[in-house]
Amino acid sequence: MAEVRALLIRGPGTNCEIETAHVWKQAGAVARAVHVHALIEHPQWLLDAHILTIPGGFCYGDDIAAGKIMACELRLRLADALQNFVAAGKLVLGICNGFQVLVKTGLLPGPVVGESQVTLTLNNSGRYEDRWVHLKPSTTRCKFIDGDALLHAPVAHAEGRIVTHNEASLRTLADGGYVAYRYVDERGQPQDYPVNPNGSIDSIAGLTDHTGQVLGLMPHPERNSHFTHHPLWTRLTRDRQPDGMRLFQTAVNVMR
Amino acid sequence: MSVFCVALRAKSADNDVRAAGVLADIHRRGLTHISSVRTTRLFFLKGDLGKPMATRLATELLVDPVIETFRVFEGMTDGLQEAASVEVHCQPGVMDPVAQTTLRTARRMVREWGGDPKSECDVRTAWRYALVGVRDHVELESIARNVLANDCIETAYIDGFDRKDPRPTDFPTAPATEFELREVRLRELDDSSLSRLSREGHLFLSLEEMATLRAHYRKLGREPTDIELETFAQTWSEHCVHKTLKSAIDYKGQDFGRAGDVEAHFDNLLADTIVRATRELDRDWCLSVFEDNAGVIAFDDDWGVAFKVETHNHPSAIEPYGGAATGTGGCIRDIIGCGLGAKPIASTDVFCLAPPDWPEDRLQTGVLHPRRVLAGVVAGVRDYGNRMGIPTVNGAIHFEPRYLTNPLVFCGCLGLIPRDKIVKRVMPGDAVVVAGGRTGRDGIHGATFSSSELTDTHVDEFAHAVQIGNPIEEKKVLDAVLAARDHESGCLYSSITDCGAGGLSSAVGEMGEELGADIELADVPLKYAGLRYDEIWISEAQERMVLSVPQEKLAKLLSVFEAEDVEAAVIGRFTGDGLLRLRYDGVQVGEIEMQFLHNGLPRTSRAAEWYAPEKNQIQPTEGSLSGQSLGARLLAELGHLNVASKEWVIRQYDHEVQAGSVVKPLAGPGQGPADAAVLRPRLDSDRGIVVGCGLCPELADDDPYEMAVSAVDEALRNVICSGGDPNRTAILDNFCWGSVDSPRALGALVRACRGAYDAAVAYGLPFISGKDSLNNQFSQSEEEARRVGMPACVSIPDTLLISAVSVIADVSRCVTMDLKQPGNRLYCVGGFSRRSLENSAAVHRRVADWIREGLVASAHDVSDGGLLVAVAEMCIAGDCGAVVQLDDLARFINSEDDLFTSQRCCYVLECADEKLLKADDVVVIGSVHAGATLTIERAGERLADVPVQALADAWRRPLSSVAGV
Repeated sequence: MAEVRALLIRGPGTNCEIETAHVWKQAGAVARAVHVHALIEHPQWLLDAHILTIPGGFCYGDDIAAGKIMACELRLRLADALQNFVAAGKLVLGICNGFQVLVKTGLLPGPVVGESQVTLTLNNSGRYEDRWVHLKPSTTRCKFIDGDALLHAPVAHAEGRIVTHNEASLRTLADGGYVAYRYVDERGQPQDYPVNPNGSIDSIAGLTDHTGQVLGLMPHPERNSHFTHHPLWTRLTRDRQPDGMRLFQTAVNVMR
Repeated sequence: MSVFCVALRAKSADNDVRAAGVLADIHRRGLTHISSVRTTRLFFLKGDLGKPMATRLATELLVDPVIETFRVFEGMTDGLQEAASVEVHCQPGVMDPVAQTTLRTARRMVREWGGDPKSECDVRTAWRYALVGVRDHVELESIARNVLANDCIETAYIDGFDRKDPRPTDFPTAPATEFELREVRLRELDDSSLSRLSREGHLFLSLEEMATLRAHYRKLGREPTDIELETFAQTWSEHCVHKTLKSAIDYKGQDFGRAGDVEAHFDNLLADTIVRATRELDRDWCLSVFEDNAGVIAFDDDWGVAFKVETHNHPSAIEPYGGAATGTGGCIRDIIGCGLGAKPIASTDVFCLAPPDWPEDRLQTGVLHPRRVLAGVVAGVRDYGNRMGIPTVNGAIHFEPRYLTNPLVFCGCLGLIPRDKIVKRVMPGDAVVVAGGRTGRDGIHGATFSSSELTDTHVDEFAHAVQIGNPIEEKKVLDAVLAARDHESGCLYSSITDCGAGGLSSAVGEMGEELGADIELADVPLKYAGLRYDEIWISEAQERMVLSVPQEKLAKLLSVFEAEDVEAAVIGRFTGDGLLRLRYDGVQVGEIEMQFLHNGLPRTSRAAEWYAPEKNQIQPTEGSLSGQSLGARLLAELGHLNVASKEWVIRQYDHEVQAGSVVKPLAGPGQGPADAAVLRPRLDSDRGIVVGCGLCPELADDDPYEMAVSAVDEALRNVICSGGDPNRTAILDNFCWGSVDSPRALGALVRACRGAYDAAVAYGLPFISGKDSLNNQFSQSEEEARRVGMPACVSIPDTLLISAVSVIADVSRCVTMDLKQPGNRLYCVGGFSRRSLENSAAVHRRVADWIREGLVASAHDVSDGGLLVAVAEMCIAGDCGAVVQLDDLARFINSEDDLFTSQRCCYVLECADEKLLKADDVVVIGSVHAGATLTIERAGERLADVPVQALADAWRRPLSSVAGV
């Protein structure tokens, strides 16, 4: 079986790289995390990797806006390398802060939709919140998604509300298959807060691009990768694959 | 050089979420006629930019074009006229992380775009709030002061009602000082002049201590320099040496844990109680106790768990957000600076505050409203912990009016450390390296401030001791320290510690205690020029560590720190001659013998006395348990703020980052209150750590001895309920007292120490670390006291927090407190009668065994609110009903109150197995029921029948409705 290599980018304030790399390894990939400044010095590392991940955290403190500064660095120094990475058919995953970075770099929803159509901003509650949510796959294009089973995972963020430039931008996302996941209740139905934990328009929890190779989502699938992660594990049996593992496993299988 | 102002506004009110939060705050103060708030965010960019470059920075860096618009103006204002507005700027020297990050990024971008890389630039930020519906300038000023700005760190510029505060026209500059070596005339002072010098110089040393210094300098034949005197004041402060707990004490008064009076002598109170318990228990899994920044116990063969709990009370009283954030940051640094560096894996937080619905008009001048304190301290812990990526997993909040003027903020942190990295040793010749945050004037007098009493003028006097944290700086320091610790060529340093409240004076003073050190203060990186040499030495720098580095590893260490973008500077070396030598630009400004600095503090001997207060004879209510009152009382107890759900707080903390969460703070489908948190800190192992706490200040007035025993008991029950192992549990103490000036207050402290000792030994729980804060009282004028209806001197209840950590072999054996299965029996174990500590210990062990054997489906401890509240919480969490029969318990119950009182050594267990039926100290109290009600019966009579939904509503709503939406 071919070796699948996952490269994780961390910056000052990234804080989920260890557990995210661990889950990639559990899913059968080889994973390592590198500092964004080191990657800027060595853009050829991207050539060697199959899956790029921008993990969660507060890179640069989310100062100015979440993900903004890391996005500026990537745009300034690695824009071409990243475009080539996607053009080569490889996968990019942004979780939480990584999603914010992908949106603010313009990799999501991507060049076909165009710049400044979508942003992630403060939750309607005005506060950081940690709570478990259900996600419903909403596109068939995304390489990280296999099937339509709900994904149960926690959100933990203050700036996860999707806002679109206007109604037309929203239609483009919804009709064009860019919406990767929506927040739903356990029966699969969209609802208001707290089912939609941040007030995202159209309950959008994750986006993909026109290739389906780039995925960004606010919830943390890596935090549902062990049977004791589940908030109700003391009431459940152990013989089930944690939902979060499935996403990583699917991606590794695609690149194998 | 010119300044440009970039002003950003939300395109639509929907996206001005900050304004919505501010408006809600204003409405909570009763000003519901304010109809709207609109915010403007201001960035001031100073440098040789020109308007096109400033505009480009605004476009590419500052604005979110989807939701914001911006305008760029030359000068320090956007010139916009609003009917009524408040513009809030940080005061000069106050940490503004957003400005710092913006500056660094803007520099890089401008360079990339071909700007002059050498040109000077700087950034400041501000927020403006435009309000609609304000009645007059008095109201506007009140909103500015009470909602929008805290004048100890911020300046509010007010516009409206014929008032237009002039804005600054340029960035502030720090006042420069010329170097001048200053001596203090000490040798000829008489006693009263010595006392005055101590007080006016903010040294907070006693006359005896000042006299010891006078004698010392007479012997040396010279006067001290100011920096020497400051060094003694920091090193000898209560905050740094705990001189009260270490003093010799003669106690007389009530005996400990039994009737009658006793006289007892303690050579050293701490050594003779807390430390003695650990020594007597002599557990081989205690790897480092009472000697480092944190205590360490074994996790497995390769790893240890470090745990430390700190308080940050005084800073949190005057700036709750900054105080709690830097308290959290400081405790995390204790973990980073434990041994050769531990990796933080979890935080804890406990707050003691006045009720957030306190009347607005009963507030002393200079005292913040408890709702503002609550919101501030929660946000402070949240922003520091979340940004560092450390889950905040366990805590408590206790509300009581006497914490109004002196709120307590306890911050704890746990870390994982390789067992071969626990010992550190500075070697002669090692370089002294400071790394991380720079020094400014904002951290001066942290240690002495915390060792003094608060007054209504403390805001003016000590605003300089309050800092704002920058968690990302600390995260970078952590990444760099771990990279240097685990370097392929071996650990790159020989020792490490954090910069505590005394700044470099305490860090270098402690590290160089055995060897001595030579320090060049001009080499310390500063936030801005103009600091005096003594300010550089004593000012606390947040996010800073001090390392001792062998010369041959220095280059490698500096390059590791550079790669993580952390500033590190060599400021001297550890010598070996036993002298602390301080220079500024080559000129010696101080020389102190380490031996005298650390051992010269005169030991005090004090008298303590404690007799039980006259009991108010409260007649027990008649034994009848009337159905009507019981159900209503249960709902009322569930809604009491000390019992009610803390979800509003918990959800703001990331309790799952690092992916080690096993038992979360909220349990079951109904999200009830879990007991202890459980973590699985090694992703490839099933071993776990259980973290809980005990806090019973409500018992302190009756007897601090009983308070201490109960706190230890509650911490242990917490841990056991989640699956902790009492044979592998260590505890930490945090004493917070109003004062210890009187023999009675000291007697109360002695009793608490003895109670902690007795319980620790009986239960087999070694203390591994501790901390005290013994000046938590507030003085005010008689007139002010009358106005607010409080005594002139307000003192907190004597408060002892016990934190507990337990190591378990297999997290899958853990249980949660949510009811699981209809038909299961409910048992009450222990409680409801006075039992010996030995008997209690047996009960605790038995419960832990049943849980480990898998007999228990859910477990919950009977604490605040009592037995029926515990059962109700289990129903809420499990989203299912129960029938409680009081018949078998009736002989232990004298009144209804007993059912609503915290019970020492008392558990509620849900079990399918019948083994418990035959055990001692166990009473069957009912069963789990599929229905949606909690029914309470006695002798076949139905006393109460409350829908679980009603229980949940009563329990969930109170805190969020008084504290925030």
